[in-house]
Amino acid sequence: MDTVLDVLIIGGGPAGLAAGLYAGRAMLDTAIVEGKGPGGQVILTHEIENYPGFVEPISGAELAANMAAQTSRFNVATFNSPVERLELQGNIKEVITQQGTLKARTLIIATGVVPKTLDVPGEQKFIGRGVSYCATCDGAFFRGKKVAVVGGGDTAVKEALFLTKFADLVYLIHRRDSLRAEPIQQKRLRENPKITPLWHKTVDEVRGELKVSGVTLRDTRDGRTEDLDLDGVFVFVGRQPVGPLVGSGILTDKEGYIITNENMETNIPGVYAVGDVRRKAWRQIVTAVSDGAIAALSAAEYIQDIN
Amino acid sequence: MITKVTTAEFQKEVLESDLPVLVDFWADWCGPCRMMAPVLEELASDLEGKLKVAKVNVDEEGNLAQQYEIMSIPTLMVFSGGQAVDQLVGFMPKGDLLNKLNKHI
Repeated sequence: MDTVLDVLIIGGGPAGLAAGLYAGRAMLDTAIVEGKGPGGQVILTHEIENYPGFVEPISGAELAANMAAQTSRFNVATFNSPVERLELQGNIKEVITQQGTLKARTLIIATGVVPKTLDVPGEQKFIGRGVSYCATCDGAFFRGKKVAVVGGGDTAVKEALFLTKFADLVYLIHRRDSLRAEPIQQKRLRENPKITPLWHKTVDEVRGELKVSGVTLRDTRDGRTEDLDLDGVFVFVGRQPVGPLVGSGILTDKEGYIITNENMETNIPGVYAVGDVRRKAWRQIVTAVSDGAIAALSAAEYIQDIN
Repeated sequence: MITKVTTAEFQKEVLESDLPVLVDFWADWCGPCRMMAPVLEELASDLEGKLKVAKVNVDEEGNLAQQYEIMSIPTLMVFSGGQAVDQLVGFMPKGDLLNKLNKHI
Protein backbone atom coordinates (compact mmCIF):
# COMPACT_ATOMS: atom_id res chain seq x y z
CA MET A 1 0.00 0.00 0.00
CA ASP A 2 1.65 3.24 -1.11
CA THR A 3 -0.84 5.71 0.34
CA VAL A 4 0.53 7.75 3.21
CA LEU A 5 -2.12 8.27 5.85
CA ASP A 6 -2.23 11.27 8.16
CA VAL A 7 -2.93 9.23 11.27
CA LEU A 8 -2.49 5.51 11.80
CA ILE A 9 -3.74 4.04 15.04
CA ILE A 10 -2.66 0.64 16.32
CA GLY A 11 -5.34 -0.91 18.49
CA GLY A 12 -9.13 -0.71 18.39
CA GLY A 13 -10.06 -0.43 22.06
CA PRO A 14 -11.67 2.71 23.52
CA ALA A 15 -8.42 4.75 23.37
CA GLY A 16 -7.77 3.88 19.72
CA LEU A 17 -11.40 4.36 18.72
CA ALA A 18 -11.57 7.77 20.43
CA ALA A 19 -8.35 8.81 18.69
CA GLY A 20 -9.88 7.63 15.40
CA LEU A 21 -13.08 9.55 16.07
CA TYR A 22 -11.22 12.81 16.74
CA ALA A 23 -8.77 12.38 13.87
CA GLY A 24 -11.48 11.38 11.40
CA ARG A 25 -13.67 14.27 12.46
CA ALA A 26 -10.68 16.62 12.01
CA MET A 27 -10.77 15.52 8.34
CA LEU A 28 -7.47 13.71 8.64
CA ASP A 29 -6.91 10.62 6.55
CA THR A 30 -7.12 8.05 9.34
CA ALA A 31 -7.01 4.29 9.77
CA ILE A 32 -7.02 1.84 12.65
CA VAL A 33 -5.08 -1.40 12.47
CA GLU A 34 -6.11 -4.09 14.89
CA GLY A 35 -4.89 -7.64 15.48
CA LYS A 36 -8.25 -8.85 16.75
CA GLY A 37 -11.64 -7.26 16.18
CA PRO A 38 -12.55 -3.83 17.49
CA GLY A 39 -13.25 -3.43 21.19
CA GLY A 40 -10.20 -4.35 23.16
CA GLN A 41 -10.48 -5.49 26.74
CA VAL A 42 -13.69 -3.62 27.38
CA ILE A 43 -15.67 -6.26 25.51
CA LEU A 44 -14.80 -8.73 28.26
CA THR A 45 -16.59 -6.59 30.82
CA HIS A 46 -20.10 -7.63 31.72
CA GLU A 47 -21.37 -4.27 32.97
CA ILE A 48 -19.87 -0.80 33.02
CA GLU A 49 -21.48 1.59 35.46
CA ASN A 50 -18.87 4.36 35.68
CA TYR A 51 -18.75 5.55 32.07
CA PRO A 52 -20.47 8.95 32.10
CA GLY A 53 -23.58 9.41 30.00
CA PHE A 54 -25.21 6.05 30.69
CA VAL A 55 -27.71 6.13 33.53
CA GLU A 56 -28.07 2.36 33.61
CA PRO A 57 -25.04 0.07 33.32
CA ILE A 58 -24.04 -0.77 29.76
CA SER A 59 -22.33 -3.99 28.67
CA GLY A 60 -18.72 -3.67 27.56
CA ALA A 61 -19.46 -5.33 24.24
CA GLU A 62 -22.25 -2.85 23.52
CA LEU A 63 -20.19 0.18 24.51
CA ALA A 64 -17.32 -0.97 22.30
CA ALA A 65 -19.65 -1.65 19.38
CA ASN A 66 -21.16 1.84 19.77
CA MET A 67 -17.74 3.44 19.86
CA ALA A 68 -16.63 1.54 16.75
CA ALA A 69 -19.81 2.52 14.88
CA GLN A 70 -19.44 6.15 15.93
CA THR A 71 -15.81 6.26 14.76
CA SER A 72 -16.63 4.65 11.43
CA ARG A 73 -19.08 7.52 10.69
CA PHE A 74 -16.02 9.69 10.07
CA ASN A 75 -14.43 7.63 7.29
CA VAL A 76 -11.93 5.87 9.48
CA ALA A 77 -10.73 2.70 7.76
CA THR A 78 -10.06 -0.45 9.76
CA PHE A 79 -7.51 -3.14 8.93
CA ASN A 80 -7.48 -6.48 10.68
CA SER A 81 -3.92 -7.68 10.67
CA PRO A 82 -1.56 -8.30 13.58
CA VAL A 83 1.33 -5.80 13.69
CA GLU A 84 4.79 -7.30 13.54
CA ARG A 85 7.22 -4.40 13.51
CA LEU A 86 7.48 -0.60 13.51
CA GLU A 87 9.88 1.54 11.45
CA LEU A 88 9.83 4.99 12.99
CA GLN A 89 13.12 6.56 11.93
CA GLY A 90 11.96 8.67 8.96
CA ASN A 91 9.27 11.31 8.68
CA ILE A 92 6.93 8.65 7.38
CA LYS A 93 6.19 6.02 10.02
CA GLU A 94 5.85 2.45 8.79
CA VAL A 95 3.81 -0.27 10.43
CA ILE A 96 4.63 -3.73 9.14
CA THR A 97 1.69 -6.09 9.59
CA GLN A 98 1.13 -9.74 8.67
CA GLN A 99 -0.70 -8.60 5.54
CA GLY A 100 1.46 -5.69 4.40
CA THR A 101 2.96 -2.36 5.35
CA LEU A 102 0.94 0.73 6.30
CA LYS A 103 2.46 4.23 6.17
CA ALA A 104 1.47 7.41 7.98
CA ARG A 105 2.73 10.82 9.03
CA THR A 106 1.75 10.17 12.63
CA LEU A 107 1.28 7.03 14.64
CA ILE A 108 -0.90 6.53 17.71
CA ILE A 109 -0.19 3.41 19.72
CA ALA A 110 -3.22 2.10 21.59
CA THR A 111 -2.28 -1.54 22.00
CA GLY A 112 -3.44 -1.82 25.60
CA VAL A 113 -2.63 -4.57 28.02
CA VAL A 114 -3.20 -8.32 28.29
CA PRO A 115 -3.94 -10.37 31.40
CA LYS A 116 -0.98 -11.80 33.25
CA THR A 117 -0.96 -15.51 33.78
CA LEU A 118 -0.21 -17.37 37.01
CA ASP A 119 2.67 -19.19 35.38
CA VAL A 120 2.15 -22.38 37.41
CA PRO A 121 1.96 -26.04 36.33
CA GLY A 122 -1.43 -27.03 34.89
CA GLU A 123 -2.54 -23.50 33.99
CA GLN A 124 -1.83 -23.66 30.23
CA LYS A 125 -2.97 -27.26 29.95
CA PHE A 126 -6.44 -26.48 31.31
CA ILE A 127 -7.23 -23.28 29.41
CA GLY A 128 -10.77 -23.90 28.17
CA ARG A 129 -10.97 -26.89 30.50
CA GLY A 130 -11.66 -24.95 33.65
CA VAL A 131 -8.98 -22.25 33.54
CA SER A 132 -10.36 -18.94 32.29
CA TYR A 133 -9.40 -15.28 31.98
CA CYS A 134 -12.91 -14.10 31.08
CA ALA A 135 -15.78 -14.54 33.51
CA THR A 136 -18.23 -12.91 31.07
CA CYS A 137 -17.40 -15.52 28.43
CA ASP A 138 -17.17 -18.61 30.57
CA GLY A 139 -19.13 -17.98 33.76
CA ALA A 140 -22.31 -19.55 32.42
CA PHE A 141 -20.59 -22.93 32.05
CA PHE A 142 -20.13 -23.07 35.84
CA ARG A 143 -23.78 -23.00 36.86
CA GLY A 144 -24.12 -24.74 40.22
CA LYS A 145 -20.36 -25.34 40.38
CA LYS A 146 -17.53 -24.36 42.69
CA VAL A 147 -14.98 -21.90 41.31
CA ALA A 148 -12.13 -19.69 42.47
CA VAL A 149 -11.02 -16.26 41.40
CA VAL A 150 -7.33 -15.52 41.85
CA GLY A 151 -6.38 -11.89 42.50
CA GLY A 152 -7.30 -8.92 44.69
CA GLY A 153 -7.72 -5.93 42.37
CA ASP A 154 -10.80 -4.31 40.88
CA THR A 155 -11.17 -6.83 38.12
CA ALA A 156 -10.81 -9.84 40.42
CA VAL A 157 -13.49 -8.59 42.80
CA LYS A 158 -15.85 -7.51 40.02
CA GLU A 159 -15.53 -10.85 38.26
CA ALA A 160 -16.00 -12.77 41.53
CA LEU A 161 -19.27 -10.89 42.04
CA PHE A 162 -20.33 -11.64 38.47
CA LEU A 163 -19.58 -15.35 38.90
CA THR A 164 -21.98 -15.60 41.84
CA LYS A 165 -24.80 -15.38 39.27
CA PHE A 166 -23.85 -18.88 38.15
CA ALA A 167 -21.59 -20.66 40.61
CA ASP A 168 -22.78 -21.90 44.00
CA LEU A 169 -19.53 -20.98 45.71
CA VAL A 170 -16.82 -18.55 44.67
CA TYR A 171 -13.50 -18.48 46.50
CA LEU A 172 -11.40 -15.35 46.22
CA ILE A 173 -7.76 -16.37 46.49
CA HIS A 174 -5.49 -13.46 47.40
CA ARG A 175 -1.88 -13.35 48.52
CA ARG A 176 -2.50 -10.62 51.08
CA ASP A 177 -5.34 -9.95 53.53
CA SER A 178 -6.47 -6.67 52.05
CA LEU A 179 -7.83 -5.81 48.62
CA ARG A 180 -6.83 -3.12 46.15
CA ALA A 181 -10.33 -3.05 44.68
CA GLU A 182 -12.56 0.04 44.88
CA PRO A 183 -14.38 0.37 48.23
CA ILE A 184 -17.81 -0.01 46.59
CA GLN A 185 -16.77 -3.38 45.13
CA GLN A 186 -15.25 -4.49 48.43
CA LYS A 187 -18.53 -3.72 50.18
CA ARG A 188 -20.48 -5.78 47.62
CA LEU A 189 -18.01 -8.61 48.09
CA ARG A 190 -18.39 -8.65 51.88
CA GLU A 191 -22.16 -8.63 51.58
CA ASN A 192 -22.28 -11.52 49.11
CA PRO A 193 -22.85 -14.84 50.91
CA LYS A 194 -21.62 -16.91 47.96
CA ILE A 195 -18.07 -15.49 48.13
CA THR A 196 -15.48 -16.88 50.53
CA PRO A 197 -12.15 -15.02 50.58
CA LEU A 198 -9.03 -17.10 51.17
CA TRP A 199 -6.39 -14.67 52.44
CA HIS A 200 -2.60 -15.10 52.31
CA LYS A 201 -2.82 -17.78 49.65
CA THR A 202 -1.19 -18.26 46.27
CA VAL A 203 -1.77 -21.00 43.70
CA ASP A 204 1.09 -23.49 43.29
CA GLU A 205 -0.56 -25.76 40.75
CA VAL A 206 -3.80 -26.28 38.85
CA ARG A 207 -4.73 -29.94 39.12
CA GLY A 208 -7.00 -32.23 37.11
CA GLU A 209 -7.19 -35.13 34.67
CA LEU A 210 -9.15 -34.03 31.60
CA LYS A 211 -10.38 -30.84 33.21
CA VAL A 212 -9.73 -28.83 36.35
CA SER A 213 -10.47 -30.67 39.58
CA GLY A 214 -8.76 -28.29 41.97
CA VAL A 215 -5.72 -26.24 42.90
CA THR A 216 -2.87 -26.56 45.34
CA LEU A 217 -2.73 -23.50 47.57
CA ARG A 218 0.31 -22.20 49.40
CA ASP A 219 0.08 -20.07 52.51
CA THR A 220 2.26 -16.98 52.03
CA ARG A 221 3.04 -16.80 55.77
CA ASP A 222 4.19 -20.31 56.64
CA GLY A 223 4.58 -21.87 53.19
CA ARG A 224 2.22 -24.74 53.99
CA THR A 225 0.29 -26.21 51.11
CA GLU A 226 -3.24 -27.57 50.93
CA ASP A 227 -5.54 -28.85 48.20
CA LEU A 228 -8.79 -27.16 47.28
CA ASP A 229 -11.38 -28.94 45.09
CA LEU A 230 -12.78 -26.75 42.31
CA ASP A 231 -14.48 -26.93 38.93
CA GLY A 232 -13.00 -23.71 37.60
CA VAL A 233 -10.21 -21.19 38.17
CA PHE A 234 -10.57 -17.60 36.97
CA VAL A 235 -7.29 -15.71 36.86
CA PHE A 236 -7.19 -11.91 37.34
CA VAL A 237 -3.71 -11.21 38.66
CA GLY A 238 -2.99 -7.99 36.83
CA ARG A 239 -2.05 -7.04 33.32
CA GLN A 240 0.97 -6.35 31.21
CA PRO A 241 1.44 -3.86 28.38
CA VAL A 242 1.38 -5.02 24.77
CA GLY A 243 3.87 -3.39 22.50
CA PRO A 244 5.43 -4.37 19.19
CA LEU A 245 8.13 -2.13 20.53
CA VAL A 246 11.33 -4.09 20.49
CA GLY A 247 13.75 -2.12 18.35
CA SER A 248 11.20 0.64 17.64
CA GLY A 249 13.13 3.14 19.77
CA ILE A 250 10.07 4.13 21.81
CA LEU A 251 10.92 4.74 25.46
CA THR A 252 9.08 2.67 28.04
CA ASP A 253 9.39 2.24 31.79
CA LYS A 254 10.84 -0.99 33.10
CA GLU A 255 7.48 -2.76 33.03
CA GLY A 256 7.05 -1.87 29.35
CA TYR A 257 4.52 0.97 29.65
CA ILE A 258 5.18 3.73 27.09
CA ILE A 259 6.34 7.08 28.47
CA THR A 260 4.65 10.18 27.05
CA ASN A 261 4.29 13.87 27.80
CA GLU A 262 0.91 15.43 28.56
CA ASN A 263 0.15 15.69 24.84
CA MET A 264 0.55 11.88 24.67
CA GLU A 265 3.68 12.26 22.56
CA THR A 266 6.46 9.68 23.02
CA ASN A 267 10.17 10.41 22.70
CA ILE A 268 9.73 10.10 18.91
CA PRO A 269 8.07 13.17 17.31
CA GLY A 270 4.79 12.27 15.65
CA VAL A 271 4.44 9.05 17.62
CA TYR A 272 1.86 9.00 20.41
CA ALA A 273 0.72 6.45 22.98
CA VAL A 274 -2.75 6.32 24.54
CA GLY A 275 -4.83 4.23 26.90
CA ASP A 276 -3.68 1.37 29.07
CA VAL A 277 -0.34 0.89 27.29
CA ARG A 278 0.76 4.36 28.44
CA ARG A 279 2.50 4.88 31.76
CA LYS A 280 -0.05 6.58 33.99
CA ALA A 281 -1.70 6.30 37.37
CA TRP A 282 -5.29 5.43 36.43
CA ARG A 283 -6.37 3.02 33.73
CA GLN A 284 -10.07 3.55 33.12
CA ILE A 285 -12.25 3.71 29.99
CA VAL A 286 -12.74 7.45 30.54
CA THR A 287 -9.02 8.08 30.86
CA ALA A 288 -8.39 5.96 27.77
CA VAL A 289 -10.79 7.94 25.59
CA SER A 290 -9.40 11.17 26.98
CA ASP A 291 -5.88 10.08 25.98
CA GLY A 292 -7.17 9.22 22.51
CA ALA A 293 -8.76 12.64 21.99
CA ILE A 294 -5.64 14.46 23.18
CA ALA A 295 -3.34 12.41 20.95
CA ALA A 296 -5.50 12.97 17.86
CA LEU A 297 -5.60 16.72 18.45
CA SER A 298 -1.84 16.78 19.07
CA ALA A 299 -1.29 14.78 15.88
CA ALA A 300 -3.43 17.25 13.90
CA GLU A 301 -1.29 20.11 15.16
CA TYR A 302 1.92 18.21 14.37
CA ILE A 303 0.76 17.56 10.80
CA GLN A 304 -0.10 21.23 10.33
CA ASP A 305 3.36 22.21 11.60
CA ILE A 306 5.30 19.89 9.29
CA ASN A 307 3.28 20.97 6.27
CA MET B 1 -20.69 -19.48 4.19
CA ILE B 2 -21.15 -20.57 7.76
CA THR B 3 -23.75 -23.22 8.51
CA LYS B 4 -25.75 -22.82 11.69
CA VAL B 5 -26.09 -26.27 13.22
CA THR B 6 -28.61 -27.54 15.77
CA THR B 7 -28.36 -30.66 17.93
CA ALA B 8 -30.68 -32.51 15.52
CA GLU B 9 -28.56 -31.62 12.48
CA PHE B 10 -25.15 -32.23 14.08
CA GLN B 11 -24.88 -35.89 13.04
CA LYS B 12 -25.57 -35.18 9.38
CA GLU B 13 -23.92 -31.77 9.01
CA VAL B 14 -20.78 -32.39 11.06
CA LEU B 15 -20.15 -36.04 11.88
CA GLU B 16 -21.12 -37.37 8.43
CA SER B 17 -19.63 -34.50 6.45
CA ASP B 18 -17.31 -35.40 3.58
CA LEU B 19 -15.20 -32.33 4.28
CA PRO B 20 -13.47 -31.62 7.57
CA VAL B 21 -15.64 -29.31 9.68
CA LEU B 22 -14.61 -26.43 11.92
CA VAL B 23 -17.31 -25.95 14.55
CA ASP B 24 -17.50 -22.63 16.39
CA PHE B 25 -19.20 -22.90 19.79
CA TRP B 26 -20.36 -19.38 20.56
CA ALA B 27 -22.98 -17.14 22.19
CA ASP B 28 -24.11 -13.62 21.44
CA TRP B 29 -23.18 -12.30 24.92
CA CYS B 30 -19.55 -13.29 24.42
CA GLY B 31 -17.33 -10.43 23.22
CA PRO B 32 -14.46 -12.52 21.84
CA CYS B 33 -17.02 -14.65 19.95
CA ARG B 34 -18.24 -11.51 18.19
CA MET B 35 -14.65 -10.63 17.28
CA MET B 36 -14.16 -14.14 15.95
CA ALA B 37 -17.23 -14.03 13.69
CA PRO B 38 -15.79 -11.92 10.81
CA VAL B 39 -12.55 -13.94 10.88
CA LEU B 40 -14.56 -17.15 10.47
CA GLU B 41 -16.63 -15.63 7.64
CA GLU B 42 -13.42 -14.84 5.74
CA LEU B 43 -11.95 -18.23 6.50
CA ALA B 44 -15.08 -20.01 5.28
CA SER B 45 -14.92 -18.28 1.92
CA ASP B 46 -11.11 -18.66 1.60
CA LEU B 47 -11.29 -22.38 2.28
CA GLU B 48 -14.50 -23.13 0.41
CA GLY B 49 -14.43 -26.68 -0.92
CA LYS B 50 -11.69 -27.69 1.54
CA LEU B 51 -13.26 -27.01 4.90
CA LYS B 52 -16.79 -26.55 6.13
CA VAL B 53 -17.38 -23.96 8.83
CA ALA B 54 -20.31 -24.46 11.20
CA LYS B 55 -21.48 -22.68 14.32
CA VAL B 56 -23.30 -23.89 17.38
CA ASN B 57 -25.03 -21.44 19.70
CA VAL B 58 -24.32 -22.78 23.19
CA ASP B 59 -27.46 -21.14 24.65
CA GLU B 60 -29.78 -22.73 22.12
CA GLU B 61 -27.92 -26.04 21.89
CA GLY B 62 -26.94 -26.66 25.50
CA ASN B 63 -26.87 -30.44 24.95
CA LEU B 64 -24.14 -30.22 22.32
CA ALA B 65 -22.08 -27.85 24.46
CA GLN B 66 -22.40 -30.27 27.35
CA GLN B 67 -21.67 -33.34 25.25
CA TYR B 68 -18.41 -31.81 24.02
CA GLU B 69 -17.65 -30.41 27.48
CA ILE B 70 -17.38 -26.82 26.33
CA MET B 71 -16.22 -24.73 29.28
CA SER B 72 -15.02 -21.63 27.49
CA ILE B 73 -16.13 -19.76 24.40
CA PRO B 74 -15.27 -19.26 21.68
CA THR B 75 -14.15 -22.89 21.39
CA LEU B 76 -13.36 -24.07 17.86
CA MET B 77 -13.43 -27.82 17.33
CA VAL B 78 -12.23 -29.58 14.21
CA PHE B 79 -14.08 -32.74 13.12
CA SER B 80 -12.75 -35.08 10.50
CA GLY B 81 -14.33 -38.40 9.53
CA GLY B 82 -16.79 -38.10 12.41
CA GLN B 83 -14.06 -37.65 15.01
CA ALA B 84 -13.07 -34.56 17.00
CA VAL B 85 -9.43 -34.12 15.98
CA ASP B 86 -8.52 -30.70 17.35
CA GLN B 87 -9.73 -28.02 19.72
CA LEU B 88 -8.78 -24.34 19.88
CA VAL B 89 -9.89 -22.01 22.65
CA GLY B 90 -10.23 -18.24 22.60
CA PHE B 91 -9.95 -15.57 19.93
CA MET B 92 -7.35 -16.20 17.25
CA PRO B 93 -6.26 -13.99 14.34
CA LYS B 94 -6.83 -15.46 10.88
CA GLY B 95 -3.16 -16.20 10.19
CA ASP B 96 -2.75 -18.21 13.38
CA LEU B 97 -5.98 -20.07 12.76
CA LEU B 98 -4.92 -20.98 9.21
CA ASN B 99 -1.63 -22.35 10.55
CA LYS B 100 -3.45 -24.52 13.04
CA LEU B 101 -5.92 -25.77 10.40
CA ASN B 102 -3.37 -26.60 7.73
CA LYS B 103 -2.72 -30.09 9.01
CA HIS B 104 -6.41 -30.97 8.82
CA ILE B 105 -7.20 -29.84 5.27
